[in-house]
Amino acid sequence: MNDDTQAWRQERRQINVDALSIGLAVGTYGLSFGALAVTSGFSLGQTMALSSLTFTGASQFALVGVIGAGGSAVAGVLAALFLGIRNSLYGLSLAPLLQVHGPRRLVAAHLVIDESTAMTISQPTPRAARWGFWATGVAVFVCWNTASLLGAAGAEAIGDPETFGLDAAVGAAFLALLWPRLRQRDARITAALGAAVALALTPFLPPGVPVLLAAAVAVVVAWPVPRRSDSDRGSAGTT
Amino acid sequence: MWPAVLATSLGAYLLKLLGLSVSQQTLDRPRVRRIATLVPVALLAALTAVQVFVSGSTLVLDARAAGLAFAVVALLLRAPFLVVVVGAAAVAAGLRTIAG
Repeated sequence: MNDDTQAWRQERRQINVDALSIGLAVGTYGLSFGALAVTSGFSLGQTMALSSLTFTGASQFALVGVIGAGGSAVAGVLAALFLGIRNSLYGLSLAPLLQVHGPRRLVAAHLVIDESTAMTISQPTPRAARWGFWATGVAVFVCWNTASLLGAAGAEAIGDPETFGLDAAVGAAFLALLWPRLRQRDARITAALGAAVALALTPFLPPGVPVLLAAAVAVVVAWPVPRRSDSDRGSAGTT
Repeated sequence: MWPAVLATSLGAYLLKLLGLSVSQQTLDRPRVRRIATLVPVALLAALTAVQVFVSGSTLVLDARAAGLAFAVVALLLRAPFLVVVVGAAAVAAGLRTIAG
């Protein structure tokens, strides 16, 4: 095996640098998450359990956002898990590239997130794809958890969220997570309908439930498959 | 809160593992892909709307809306995440201070 050629060493180094810069960028989300979780009433331990065990940002924001806004725990968990469905989709694209089995697959699964998927599927060779997956997964895991801890510890010192407009920050965070997913026309339609349905149902249903029903909008919009389908649109977002 | 934290963690992990483990034909259909791509879009849009325009179970227009407007402009200008979030918070907090 002539695996360690000069070119491959160089390629690996480049992937590591890319992975680290993605990790640092994701760290800024982690700071916000840690701060928002604590101001929504989660303890430092619970915040860190979410970042290390759940380890998928949008779901974590959803749980914290729904419960922080007075929704039930069940509504929060369901919203978080509905968002996590896209990670199953990522796994489908990753499985043939990663070829992981047994215990390695159990570890790899934990690292299946937006960033590691985007990095993996954009590599030119399967070997680089595998390296990209593990490098990005580990870099994001370390940065995400470190930043969550800093954000949570910082927020514990602050107190009332409204003083610093942190309640407005949650909405901005959701919008920033949504933004890169709006490139396709049917995504923009889905977003507009989802927001409208959630707001229209809010006066009549318990907090958290209107958000879940908005997910049904996506199923309705997605159901008719276009004939000349752009069927490999399952590309990864940016978080 | 702990049961919610642990249930979310377990569920999120199983969803990740599912994608790596099922046979390609089972889930890899255009319709399933479209649903899995669009469900997060609908949810994030709904979460944004509810977070900004709802208080309890009534629709309101307050300082948070100004924060969201700032976020839209910042995202159009391709500002980094932290600028979007911190800026939105600062706009809302500033407006509240002015309104007294």
